[in-house]
Amino acid sequence: MNRTTWRKLLSSLFVTFCALSVLIALVPLALILFYVISRGVQALNVDFFTHVPRPVGESGGGMANAIVGTVILVGLGSIMAVPIGILSGVYMSEYAGSRFAAVIRFAADTLNGVPSIVIGVFAYGIAVLPFKQFSAVAGGLALGIMMIPVMARTTEELLLLVPGTMREGALALGATRARAVFTVVLPAALPGIITGVMLALARIAGETAPLLFTSFNNRYFTTKLNQPISSLTVQVFTYAISPYADWHRQAWAGALVLVTIVLVCSLLARLATRRLEAMHVR
Amino acid sequence: MRIRETWFRVGTGLFGLVLVLIVVGIGFELSRQSLLSIQKFGFSFWRTGTWDPVSGEFGALPFIWGTLYSSILALVIATPVALGIAIFIAELCPAGLRQPLVFLTELLAAIPSIVYGLWGIFVLVPIVRSLEVWTPPALRQLPFFSGPPLGVGILSAALILAIMVIPFTSSVAREVLRSVPAAQREGAYALGATRFEAIHATLFYARTGIIGAIMLGFGRALGETMAVTMVIGNSPRISLSLFTPQYTMAAVIANEFTEAADELYLDALIEIGLVLFIITLIVNLLSRLLIWSMANTGRRSRADAIGVEAAA
Repeated sequence: MNRTTWRKLLSSLFVTFCALSVLIALVPLALILFYVISRGVQALNVDFFTHVPRPVGESGGGMANAIVGTVILVGLGSIMAVPIGILSGVYMSEYAGSRFAAVIRFAADTLNGVPSIVIGVFAYGIAVLPFKQFSAVAGGLALGIMMIPVMARTTEELLLLVPGTMREGALALGATRARAVFTVVLPAALPGIITGVMLALARIAGETAPLLFTSFNNRYFTTKLNQPISSLTVQVFTYAISPYADWHRQAWAGALVLVTIVLVCSLLARLATRRLEAMHVR
Repeated sequence: MRIRETWFRVGTGLFGLVLVLIVVGIGFELSRQSLLSIQKFGFSFWRTGTWDPVSGEFGALPFIWGTLYSSILALVIATPVALGIAIFIAELCPAGLRQPLVFLTELLAAIPSIVYGLWGIFVLVPIVRSLEVWTPPALRQLPFFSGPPLGVGILSAALILAIMVIPFTSSVAREVLRSVPAAQREGAYALGATRFEAIHATLFYARTGIIGAIMLGFGRALGETMAVTMVIGNSPRISLSLFTPQYTMAAVIANEFTEAADELYLDALIEIGLVLFIITLIVNLLSRLLIWSMANTGRRSRADAIGVEAAA
């Protein structure tokens, strides 16, 4: 074979490989979505949202307690993470060149890479062990720790996107830095910050590992923050590894609800970014 | 006025400090809580393979082995595919297809780990089991394919990890490729390069960043918990065979933490967490360093790099 033909052949083989690898990744995605939707829809019913789990051996029941639990845990996490995340993001963008900003940035990236199970062990050490009690607060703490770096980094990036002229305008009118940030820059970046919150929520709503030994699990309906509480993810895990067909069915329903929550958060994030981009074009 | 400025800086800075304290706190707290196990076993904890909570003997070697083996296998499977996707999206695909493809790969990253695990148990493991049953006896003689065809085991874990790692590696690699100056590609085409040769030149230019992207995926795989726990079989043993059930560091913590009745058992588990923390810290640090140095060379020595490339 002559050299040019060989080179061309090699080139088209390579292009084919790249296109194929996209397909290779899309096959599992399609399979996962197909199973979650088809099995989940079959298993989902009103009871799932309104009933608590039945005792072992009885079929039926639902995950009402787990749904409420997830909402509480995610809420607790957000209460803790949103202020810390946003304000440290403000510091990183306002004092972008400073050494401490670099330290925070580094800490955020490091924390982002820490395995969620390790965060769970840490939360166990500081919020379960001293009180000898699994609790919703401990679970919320673990989720909050996972949210902070995501919030901080997105806030930083989005504040840097706000045109410098807006900040300078406020400062020129005699506003202090705090006032310029809180009344001009942050509101301008608000859609972006909502994106950050949504992305962080999407990330933690599906977390299981940090909850296994912080909020633990609870078969009953509870809203007490100092008690173990159920969550969708831990409940799906418990049901998935159980030997009962009816529990497997409910695990799929739980998975469908989880995937829906995550997708809705991601879509909302996308919409908010689009609005921010539109603002910048203007 | 000045004082208010200072207050603003200190006030927001304190929130940033919380972030730093959390990272330091994790290292401190995990070392403090695992003191008992560190003192009792020292380094032999990482060199012995007996894990017997009843008699109080703890050796973590099988978990290190399982973690590294499953993650490396996952990397071997995921890397070519992830780079192929990154190259396809960054260099080859029509502009209209780019956004949807980026969205779909991000979707793969957004699916919760527990859903991967559920799917793994009920869909992937049966497929893997039938693959294992179908393995010809000649192959079964090899150490890689020995053992009964259970379905759960290293192979299932590596496959599911690979699927989960692909979106991470490919999105970082895509960003890295985008940061390569266009002159790099154009130069190659101008010299009469085929598409493959031009991309090869681009990849060579971006090599540090690409290695960084691969390592970032490795860091993810090392710490992944739920999906692996659900398909790896949770049995502490060291074997090369892809068919054997094994155990990972993250999985043993997830499974046994709430059952750890005595203090030593709990401390041993926390020590595993500490080491997992340190390993992922190092891997993430290295990968960020590589990606960062790549981003900097891109700005600094554009002309030099092109000179070198043309000569090579």
